[in-house]
Amino acid sequence: MRQGFLYQNPSVLWFLAALGLFTVSVVMLSEVTGVAVVSTSFVKTLGKTLCLCLVAIAMDVVWGYCGILSLGHFAFFGIGGYAIGMWLMYARTEMIVLGSLEGQVIPPTPQEVSDAIGNQIFGVVGSSEFPLIWAFADSLFLQLLMVVLVPGLLALVFGWLAFRSRVTGVYLSILTQAMTLALSLYLFQNDSGLRGNNGLSGLQNIPGFEATSQAAISVVFFVASAVALGAGYVFFAWVVSGKMGSVIKGIRDNEARVRFLGYHVESYKLFVFTITAVVSGLAGALYYPQAGIINPGEIAPIASIYLAVWVAIGGRGRLYGAVIGAAFVSLLSSWFTGGGAPDIPLGFYTIQWTDWWLVLLGVSFVAVTLFFPKGIGGLFDYLVRKP
Amino acid sequence: MRAIFLAFAVLCGTCIKVQAQDLQPLLQTHAEEVAKPSRRSVGVMLDDLVASGLPQVPRFLEQWAGRSVWQGPDGVFFFGTEDGDTLVLEDVDSGETRTVPDDGYTQLRPNGGVRRVIGTALVQFQLADPDIARRQSAVESIARRPAADQLAPLVASIDGEADEELRARKIQLANFLTARFGETAEARIEAINSLAADTSVEARSVLNQILTRDTGVASTEPEGNIARILDPMEAPDDFYAELVEAGFAPAQTGPATIRAALEANIDGGTVGGVPLAQLSTDAARERAYAALARDGLAPPLVTQTTRDAALAAFVFYELYDEDNAAITEAAEAALASVEQRVAFAQAADLALDGLSLASIYFLAAIGLAITFGVMGVINMAHGEFIMMGAYTGYVIQLFIPDYTIAILVALPVAFAVTFAAGVTMERLVIRHLYHRPLETLLATFGISIALQQLAKNIFGTQARPLTSPDWLSGAWVISDVIQISYIRIAIFVLALLFLALILFVLKRTRLGLEVRAVTQNPGMAASMGINPDRINMLTFGLGSGIAGIAGVAIGLYAKVTSEMGADYIVQSFMTVVVGGVGNVWGTLAGASLIGFLQKGIEWLNPSNTLAAQTYMILFIILFIQFRPKGIVALKGRAAAD
Repeated sequence: MRQGFLYQNPSVLWFLAALGLFTVSVVMLSEVTGVAVVSTSFVKTLGKTLCLCLVAIAMDVVWGYCGILSLGHFAFFGIGGYAIGMWLMYARTEMIVLGSLEGQVIPPTPQEVSDAIGNQIFGVVGSSEFPLIWAFADSLFLQLLMVVLVPGLLALVFGWLAFRSRVTGVYLSILTQAMTLALSLYLFQNDSGLRGNNGLSGLQNIPGFEATSQAAISVVFFVASAVALGAGYVFFAWVVSGKMGSVIKGIRDNEARVRFLGYHVESYKLFVFTITAVVSGLAGALYYPQAGIINPGEIAPIASIYLAVWVAIGGRGRLYGAVIGAAFVSLLSSWFTGGGAPDIPLGFYTIQWTDWWLVLLGVSFVAVTLFFPKGIGGLFDYLVRKP
Repeated sequence: MRAIFLAFAVLCGTCIKVQAQDLQPLLQTHAEEVAKPSRRSVGVMLDDLVASGLPQVPRFLEQWAGRSVWQGPDGVFFFGTEDGDTLVLEDVDSGETRTVPDDGYTQLRPNGGVRRVIGTALVQFQLADPDIARRQSAVESIARRPAADQLAPLVASIDGEADEELRARKIQLANFLTARFGETAEARIEAINSLAADTSVEARSVLNQILTRDTGVASTEPEGNIARILDPMEAPDDFYAELVEAGFAPAQTGPATIRAALEANIDGGTVGGVPLAQLSTDAARERAYAALARDGLAPPLVTQTTRDAALAAFVFYELYDEDNAAITEAAEAALASVEQRVAFAQAADLALDGLSLASIYFLAAIGLAITFGVMGVINMAHGEFIMMGAYTGYVIQLFIPDYTIAILVALPVAFAVTFAAGVTMERLVIRHLYHRPLETLLATFGISIALQQLAKNIFGTQARPLTSPDWLSGAWVISDVIQISYIRIAIFVLALLFLALILFVLKRTRLGLEVRAVTQNPGMAASMGINPDRINMLTFGLGSGIAGIAGVAIGLYAKVTSEMGADYIVQSFMTVVVGGVGNVWGTLAGASLIGFLQKGIEWLNPSNTLAAQTYMILFIILFIQFRPKGIVALKGRAAAD
């Protein structure tokens, strides 16, 4: 069966080979092996980009294959980041607090330790109590479970409500955007229990690996991101191929017809919506330890729209398109906004790309939508001869 | 003292005319109190001055309190103004001035307490002053700092008051003072009862002043006007702290105290017989502490049982400062009735707030209702059109300094600018995407981020002001509780105007007819000789133009930034979707629902607008579940997608 699947989808093998080659070469050139051609911060950028590619694949499946333009998948990504961030922050603060309490004559009670941790974490929003949602923060296993469960359950409930009442098309987009907005507004509050505007920080310090250098940690996360991306790619390629894939694509092209053929459309949509949300959460859980900080601004509706932009530019309806789009646009974006692009003097005015990059992105996005609906991925069609 | 003065008067008979209506002799009789007044003794002397009825008295009191009275070496009092080393003296009676070197003259400096007493004495003069401005200021000073001794002069001045308005104010104020400081309990209760219908902040504060209370603790119920007996178990730790403060109980031994006591009594690796290593639980610590307490090394352990027993042994109460129970009862009743009225007024105020928020949402969404609702085109750049309108207003204000004219010019210009932008966008982009709504959404989103960044590049990131003309500043104050700013009224009126205008255009004009025809069936419309391309272009331009005008209106009360459009876009879409797509009345209903709902939620949780927005969005998501087509759903063929 598996043989047949890979045989039918040679692009998966091509992709895995390219990804493997890329990963191995980056690791070989990183500071860990001593070559140090690729700096630690660039390894982190690449690792983060791989996570963005993963969430872009999820977005591609839900939008490009199933036709649901969700403007909420970056919110699921953020939830995954928050879930892992809570454990990272708790565990690290606990170590610091235990270290500082060690010198005391009388050993601290669990209550005292917990109070001190709470003070450290929530002092910045004027509180020291642990909110209920931090109940599992001390356990890595439970918190990892949260990474999967919270986005999954949220998507399940939201999707069930939305699909059940046949909210489709742009209405669904607006509804998912509203959900994202509600979530980010909620997180912006100081009494949300997640440090409001400050977000969670210091996530790059992995508890238990204080002695390990950031160079090594960044490589580990890079490889982990690559593995996750590879696994995600294979998984989604399997989902969208075969019979189920045909039903999903049928829903995109003509939902009513698929329903009349006897398929329970809502279940398929709900499955796709939920499973992509879970993968988005996992991608976020890998992304934010590399980013080091997460705050509600990351979840704002605009981020989810950028996600759609990446997929559209890369090419919808093909998984490698999403990967190319996310990698291309996000790397290009950091090159432009990071001041890497040279200014263009026009004599009367100098175009500084930090100011004009978004204008360029917006305009080129319009151009892609109008003239190249297949995106960058569409270029591959010229290479591969149609049978 | 008097003898000296007489001798002095004889000597200087020419310069000071001693007459019956002169103030100076009277001052000299009290020379010592005038020169060195104390708060206790000054009253007698003030009574004398007031009783004399001399016209110079108010002026003298003012100058005295203002530290402008000087005493000469011979004991005579003058009004003096310091001028370098010299002193300009003015006679208290005749008003003659002369300049002398300041040697030997001392300035009188009554202290704060005395000045207050003087001020009170002055009030009665000011209350009857021929100048209405001074009477008013006297009345307001009483209102600011009411005191018992002002009641009599205030009541006395009511009859002579010529100005109707001020007279009414005096009567009101006298009523307030009577309620608090009246002679008899009957008079006070009567005054208090009359306050039951007054929702002003002043009246409420009078009632609250009467009802001030102190909390206390005693072993038995005390004498006096008890407001209520408190139940200590509601917040046992707080009440116990009160008990400790009153000295009735040993201090609470919280975790911190226990810890400190244990640390202070470490004895060779153990405390109270418990090894140090075991002290990492609260139970072990308490055991160790109990052992310490038994040995007398620490105060006794206050466990929950002992704490509760201590609390049960005492009575916690609230005692009114006012002794007369009948008065406090009347005041409580009056306050309850006032608060009920205030609650009604607040509900009315909330309704006004909701109405103005609804009109803002309506203005922001009505343009969208046309492009999205009627044409089915998702325009994510709609918010940026709002922003363009606001920036147009700002630029026009740079050129036209008169704000009224600037606004009148800005409205049509903003319409023209955004109309042009809308038409351009329709021609260049949207026209090609009519059958791909999701792609329209994305393309217009691309335009939106480009426009936003452009605005940032041109106008900078900081907020730009769009100043409203003077006649729009201020608020319409209906009562202390209900008020609404004129800008919000103007926005409400503007929203009504637009509702009428849109309905007129869509239902009563040729253009509206053609728009509706193209919406329902473009092919059929085209075969009837209507050019759908042209109609679509005009409709889109109309919707965008209205967004521009909404931008001017919104810019007047909110700040103009490049992100202001993004703040409204989601809400606007919600308004249209909740209201029901393709229907102007639906948009109105949606805006009203969202506006009132948001204000309602904010009222429940006033400190937190973010939470209010969150809950509102959640509500809308649920609402869509039950009415996916919105409040005003189209029926029949028009409802087909």
